[in-house]
Amino acid sequence: MDFNDTPDQAKFRAKCREWLEANAELKESKSSGHADSSLEDHLKVAKAWQQKKYEAGWAMLHWPKEYGGIEASPIERIIWGQEEAKFNVPGGIFEIGLGMCGPVMMQYASEEQKDRYLAPMAEGKEIWCQLFSEPAAGSDVAGLRSKAEKDGDDWIINGQKVWTSGAHYSDFGILVVRHDPDVAKHKGLTFFFVDMKSPGITVKPIKQITGQAGTGAGFNEVYFDNVRIPDSQRLGEIGDGWKVAITTLMNERLAVGDARGSDIEEALILSKTKDDAGEALIKNDSVRERLADWFCQANGLKYTKFRTISALSKGEAPGPEASITKIVSANKLQEIGNFGIDSGDMAGMLIDENDGVSSFQGAWLGAPGLRIAGGTDEILRNVIAERVLGLPQDPRADKGLAFKDIPTKA
Amino acid sequence: MNLDFSDDQKFLQDEAKKFFDKEGGLSNARSVMDNSLEGDKELWQKIVELGWTGIRIPEAYEGLGLGHLELCVIAEELGRSLAPVPFSSSVYFFTEALIKYSSEEIKSELLPNLVSGEVVGTYGIAEDMHQATESNLSVSVASDKINGIKIAVPDAGMASHMIVVVKSSAGTDLRLVDLDDASVTVTQQKNLDTSRAFFKVEFKDTPSKLIGEPGDGWTYIQHLLDQAAVLFAFEQVGGSQAALDMAKAYSLERFAFGRQIGSYQAIKHKLADMYIAVTLAKSNCYYGAWALSSESAELPLAAATARVSATKAFQLCSKENIQTHGGNGFTWEYDCHLFYKRSKVLSVLLGSEATWKEKLVTNLEKTNTLAKG
Repeated sequence: MDFNDTPDQAKFRAKCREWLEANAELKESKSSGHADSSLEDHLKVAKAWQQKKYEAGWAMLHWPKEYGGIEASPIERIIWGQEEAKFNVPGGIFEIGLGMCGPVMMQYASEEQKDRYLAPMAEGKEIWCQLFSEPAAGSDVAGLRSKAEKDGDDWIINGQKVWTSGAHYSDFGILVVRHDPDVAKHKGLTFFFVDMKSPGITVKPIKQITGQAGTGAGFNEVYFDNVRIPDSQRLGEIGDGWKVAITTLMNERLAVGDARGSDIEEALILSKTKDDAGEALIKNDSVRERLADWFCQANGLKYTKFRTISALSKGEAPGPEASITKIVSANKLQEIGNFGIDSGDMAGMLIDENDGVSSFQGAWLGAPGLRIAGGTDEILRNVIAERVLGLPQDPRADKGLAFKDIPTKA
Repeated sequence: MNLDFSDDQKFLQDEAKKFFDKEGGLSNARSVMDNSLEGDKELWQKIVELGWTGIRIPEAYEGLGLGHLELCVIAEELGRSLAPVPFSSSVYFFTEALIKYSSEEIKSELLPNLVSGEVVGTYGIAEDMHQATESNLSVSVASDKINGIKIAVPDAGMASHMIVVVKSSAGTDLRLVDLDDASVTVTQQKNLDTSRAFFKVEFKDTPSKLIGEPGDGWTYIQHLLDQAAVLFAFEQVGGSQAALDMAKAYSLERFAFGRQIGSYQAIKHKLADMYIAVTLAKSNCYYGAWALSSESAELPLAAATARVSATKAFQLCSKENIQTHGGNGFTWEYDCHLFYKRSKVLSVLLGSEATWKEKLVTNLEKTNTLAKG
């Protein structure tokens, strides 16, 4: 039992580190980053960094060699991620393309299409997004209603997508739509990729409860009004849309991530430094109790991640333990944000004129979204119950019905 | 990164699991409970024959000379099967105290007999229903004679020897006592979990031997408690997992309103929360196991974290297992109450959840930075 790299892993880490040191600057503090720059500036910097990585072979480590990757193992991707995170470099723009869109194109697109699209995606010249969720299809995404109708060699798309990260700066997107409402909901779906500059597409940033809209990798509504997509941009067979979507989502699952933001470390620093009636907060018993609980959660998640990495490191499939990560971390984030705000007592609601929203206030505002994105708390509990514990699915009221006959209101 | 047990350790765990299953699993705890026994002496004898009491004892004293990680995997299986044996008292506590602090003379006399099973050890800290502190101890030693009463002493009925925490002229000492001495009175006390036995132990001018240095007893006992907390946490995780498995099996088999109750989200989400608690506790236990086996300075923090996390997990899983079983869960016949009662005993035996949370935060206060995962 130890936390050391194997000799091969240490060698790979040193290689990552050497290149990063020559090409980027180490972070001075956790908070340094590009948060203050405009979206345009951020995209410019992010694209330049992606280009630099592409030229040196670091851009899409896990991709097959024939598409320019090095077929890196999961543990090598983790090591690269750990090292890159120590440097002051932009992120959050290309992950959807490289992690989800690229692999689905490799599996289903034609040779000419792969030649045309994969390299610019990897190089950061073209940005991709994912168009799955809809206003009436969130957790039950297979219940989506955007329509595809065949017209000669084209399909005409009408409908609305929502919560599309980065749609406002994306060049292309992958899209699931309903071509046949007369069959069961999973069977009437077809998968495409689409040029986001196509006539008829309107992208509208969503103003979130944080007050933010269209900043960074923000969310959007995407409207389709008689948008034409050539049949050659269909990925998979007609009616196989759900199968292709599931493959795409599986590619997303490798990430060993958790909610970013205020954590136990920050709560602890605040508790030690902030006074409450002349005594540090940490002397308050109710604070001590909560710190103990958060530390058990944060430490439990940290070592859960280490267990997953240990399995990957030995070339084994990790156990299902990582399935708890988001549900625990997002809820903890909300509680810690709440604690930080409360520490301001009667004036805790005030936002600093110069610094803006504090990290605790930001955590509290953002946490409700984290408890929804990528699977709500409730869906994640279902996933644990069904896939990990093997409990039966809920009986489904829409089972065996044609999509058009599924009830949508009381 | 290798935060995992070795193949040999996993093999040992598998053997332990098979052993407890073969020996009757939960029926041993039930039999001790139904017959008000002091423990399962037959099961204990078989454990001795497997060599497990000598896992940590050096080969020079006829033990196996293995590390703490081997104890961790066995602890998890003991916890899963609720084995009614004095393993924790004798192995996690008494044996560790001798290995770490006792004189060569005591080691030579007792360690080989712990391996062979002729000696079984326990320990006494509590004196009343308050948190024991260095200043509120009343059992005392003078001229090597001990006087006073320890209560809630685990396994004293099966034990031949005991480590006693006492007040001395130097401060606090650890003292070794032979429980067969005529000056010692051992009386069983009623308790909530009758699959385990607890005793009042009364000393009247009882002869004793010093363990370690005079006056250092309180430091020793804190370290022994930290070590034991990691091993208890593995027992608690084993028990949590068993309670979750039991709840899962019942939720698949029981029908209500024409459906398996495990298909209702109210039950699914309850079981998912149990799984989350067990997973966090298990990962914290791995951290504890690393700190214990590598003799890290982080042990006090790691032990408290594993302890608090595993206490919460076992209490959650054992109580919600009863609720998942509905009325059946409240009967003596179903095994749910065995986990519920054991979880309570394990949660107080080394000191309450509040005590360990306080230790956790006290250790956090001392750290300036925390390693980020």
